[in-house]
Amino acid sequence: MNFDALFGNLAQHTVDGLSKGAIYALVALGYTLVYGVLRLINFAHSEIFMVGTFAILGTWSLLGITDTPSIGMAIVYLLIGLLVGAAASGATALTVERVAYRRLRRMNAPPLIFLITAIGVSLVLVEIYALWMAGFFSGRGFSENRLVIGIPAMLKQETVISVAGANITNVQIIMVVSALVMLYGLDQFINRTRYGRGVRAVAQNPDTAALMGVHQDRVIMLVFVLGGLMAGAAALLWNMRYGITKFDIGFVIGLKAFTAAVLGGIGNLRGALLGGLLLGVIEVYAATLTRSTWEDVAAFVVLVVVLIFRPTGLLGESLGKARA
Amino acid sequence: MTEALRQFNERRRHAFGGMADRWRALPRWQRWLGVLAGIAFLYYLPFLGDIPGTNLIIPGLDWFRTDSIAGGSNWAGVLFVCALYVLVAIGLNVVIGLAGLLDLGYVGFYAVGAYSVALFGSTQSPVVQSMQRQFGLSEEWAVAWAVCIPIALAFSLVAGVLLGWPTLRLRGDYLAIVTLGFGEIIRIVAKNSGWAGQAQGVAGIPGPEGPPSADNTVFGLLKIEPWYWLALTVVLLMVLLVRRLEHSRVGRSWLAIREDEDAAAVMGVYPFKFKLWAFAIGAALGGLSGLLFASRSTFIQPETFNVQLSILFVAMVVVGGSGNMAGVALGAFLLAYLPERFRDFSEYRVLAFGLALVLIMLLRPQGLLPSRRRTRELQDRAKEAAVNVA
Amino acid sequence: MLPKQMTSPEDAAPREVLLEVDQVTLRFGGVVALDNLSFQIYKGEIIGLIGPNGAGKTTCFNAMTGVYRPTSGEVRFDGEQVSGRKPHRINRMGIARTFQNIRLFPEMTALENVLVGADSRHHTSVIGALFRLYRVKPKPEELPVVDSTNGLLRFWQQVRRSSAQVFGISRHTLEERAGERKALELLRFVGIADRANDLARNLPYGYQRRLEIARALATEPKLLCLDEPAAGFNPAEKEELLDLIRKIRDRGFTVLLIEHDMRLVMGVTDRIVVLEFGKKIAEGSPAEVRDNPKVIAAYLGEPADAA
Repeated sequence: MNFDALFGNLAQHTVDGLSKGAIYALVALGYTLVYGVLRLINFAHSEIFMVGTFAILGTWSLLGITDTPSIGMAIVYLLIGLLVGAAASGATALTVERVAYRRLRRMNAPPLIFLITAIGVSLVLVEIYALWMAGFFSGRGFSENRLVIGIPAMLKQETVISVAGANITNVQIIMVVSALVMLYGLDQFINRTRYGRGVRAVAQNPDTAALMGVHQDRVIMLVFVLGGLMAGAAALLWNMRYGITKFDIGFVIGLKAFTAAVLGGIGNLRGALLGGLLLGVIEVYAATLTRSTWEDVAAFVVLVVVLIFRPTGLLGESLGKARA
Repeated sequence: MTEALRQFNERRRHAFGGMADRWRALPRWQRWLGVLAGIAFLYYLPFLGDIPGTNLIIPGLDWFRTDSIAGGSNWAGVLFVCALYVLVAIGLNVVIGLAGLLDLGYVGFYAVGAYSVALFGSTQSPVVQSMQRQFGLSEEWAVAWAVCIPIALAFSLVAGVLLGWPTLRLRGDYLAIVTLGFGEIIRIVAKNSGWAGQAQGVAGIPGPEGPPSADNTVFGLLKIEPWYWLALTVVLLMVLLVRRLEHSRVGRSWLAIREDEDAAAVMGVYPFKFKLWAFAIGAALGGLSGLLFASRSTFIQPETFNVQLSILFVAMVVVGGSGNMAGVALGAFLLAYLPERFRDFSEYRVLAFGLALVLIMLLRPQGLLPSRRRTRELQDRAKEAAVNVA
Repeated sequence: MLPKQMTSPEDAAPREVLLEVDQVTLRFGGVVALDNLSFQIYKGEIIGLIGPNGAGKTTCFNAMTGVYRPTSGEVRFDGEQVSGRKPHRINRMGIARTFQNIRLFPEMTALENVLVGADSRHHTSVIGALFRLYRVKPKPEELPVVDSTNGLLRFWQQVRRSSAQVFGISRHTLEERAGERKALELLRFVGIADRANDLARNLPYGYQRRLEIARALATEPKLLCLDEPAAGFNPAEKEELLDLIRKIRDRGFTVLLIEHDMRLVMGVTDRIVVLEFGKKIAEGSPAEVRDNPKVIAAYLGEPADAA
């Protein structure tokens, strides 16, 4: 255990962890929304994120970015990326719901069936991107497969402020702030709007909500799209930070994000944020302590411990009851 | 197109449903004969198409063999893997199909079984080497293979109990994610621990005849048929034992817990105890399968035991028909065999696997050979849903 | 409030207390669901627990069967504390119950449902069922019979009989057989043996109610708690149910009956406890309770057979 490394620069590791956790948090929101309404682990959500990263990087590279752009252009590119990522992920999420889940919902199938279907969908998406889309997005044609695609950094990472020995970069600030902004927007949407009320109603009691005239299918489509949008935003952050993607990145991110959702209390939007950020920090700490070999174990150990002592996660469950 | 598929499905259901009823209507001795003939056929499988002892071949059957295609894998080797997976499926079926618990980290137990025989049976394992130094033993000393079997069983049983004890009180979905994490932890621990051989794994894993060597006459490196027969024998034995459980107080308790856990508890069934047993039995079978795998391959490394394998295991159970041993065995066989037989499409095999999962779940959620109870359960759920919508 | 004089049709001898509710108070947040409630159940009686809707009958029932833990006071069964024990332990102590909204195992047959109950008194677990090594010397009537006239078959039967005499029979097998006998007998007792092999979910409503009783009886309870067993029955079926309850008592079981329907309770119980707003307002023989002004007031405006 390398305690010196950890405590020597605790603030820095915390900041690194928070920015890492921002991506988990945004992806976790997708799991939480769908779970809150349908009581279903949307195992394919990780691939919805993966699709977003490809769409954004693909668009950028098709736009012909060869070097780090100027600040002004970077903002334009990032906005384009946000639109493209949100659109691609949202559309994929919707398609998944329509093709894979709707029929099962009509059959009132048990959760296991949903899970296996979701795994199937996930494999199909991964393979479609591995075999064809990666080649397409990198401009090298459909026949090239299993490519890793990347582009030059969108923003040059620069230290903007130093607090308590932690150098905080511009990218890190953008990541954490945009996660908070997205959550705030989503929170407002669920709690303040008519659509949000429908979501909460279905989350609390689908049958009663249906009797009260809430269109269940529409609400479900809505949560899938919302989850997709958040995944698209997460994809943008990912690309901004790492500038590289591959067909199989979804799996690990998805696993972590789901862990984050459960950690915070699945079905609870703020819980997803808290869980995501916390998980990011825990991972960075663990990585520092053990020279990164036990990073992934730490996340799961924390999850198990939390579930045993607080089976509903840190902030409690339920999209309907808790204040989102 | 889905409509056409559904109709086809309907027609096939009639044809096969009738067959199952006719089978059950046969007199007992005829069913026994049928089962014996089936078992004999399973033992004959490695020679499929040939008549042993002669040069004659049975035309047509050859097509099914995986070595009938260019660059195809050794047919007995594929059968051996099929048998291993059937064993895994039978164990996982106890957990998923009988007790109704979702375990996504089953590969963890498979790994524990494999590592038990590797770490205690191989002269090249760090554990054995440190024991040699500790007790001043010769460099050829290692725990005998036969002794490794109970060790592997015990370790995987204990792993099952250790995982189940804290987590079985959790709700189904959480159990899934925690077990998934468990599978990963086992792999990462193996990868990062010096005593487990780290990323390069362990070599020199013994078989029934001792350490791997060219002198082994029966369980050798090249002739794989005996390995298949060994695995098949283990499978048949386990089928027998699990059947005994199914038709006993234990099986009834599992069923009752799955149907209504609270009511079962009030009737004197202690749900936790029986769930834990299901977990432990499943774990032991997974460990046994891992042990056979490691012995046959003589060499293991942690990356073999990844989450994808866990998912494949769950898919075998669900696709085959969770709750029905014949069904899960069929599922395991198909998922191990089809990718090998149709290697020409190896580029697309994951894609095909994914598509197959989705299609089977949408069109036949109860699995290919479902248990009768499961089929009814699904029909009833569908009916309830229809009533609620109306 | 002390129990009033104990009146029972049969005897005046001192009777053994089977279950004692001792000053039980149960609060849910600010709501007092049970308020300092005390009463006893004696061995061998049929006791009714009645009260208007929302009087706390089911809450009391749940406190007695360990579902809720009282805020203060305790429930004792055979001198042992009930509250805080796990449901299966309470069953083992000798309390069995049925559910107001039937909760059978729908995909199991009627016989299997009762077998699950019978299993609670069995000891075979995983190891026993797997290896069947725990052998028991069978009683003469448990040995395999030799009745075939076919020479070969008869020889086989003789081999099995003598091997059972030498090696014994596994406890698993004996328990399975005994359980099946007991289950069939109970199904006959409650009058639904004709559909023993039908799935529980396919049974008619009245059969399902009776099956629940059979399943509870199979756990060999000292106290059988019936939660509104006549709900949804027509008068003829109610009459049959009353007969069944009396027959159960005659077999030596103590019966606690929770009911809405005053007439039904009057017809069968030895003693009645009346609840209102979580308090006991009356206790005594059916005749006493019927004439009690408090009870009349509590039920006033509510038809006596509201179900």
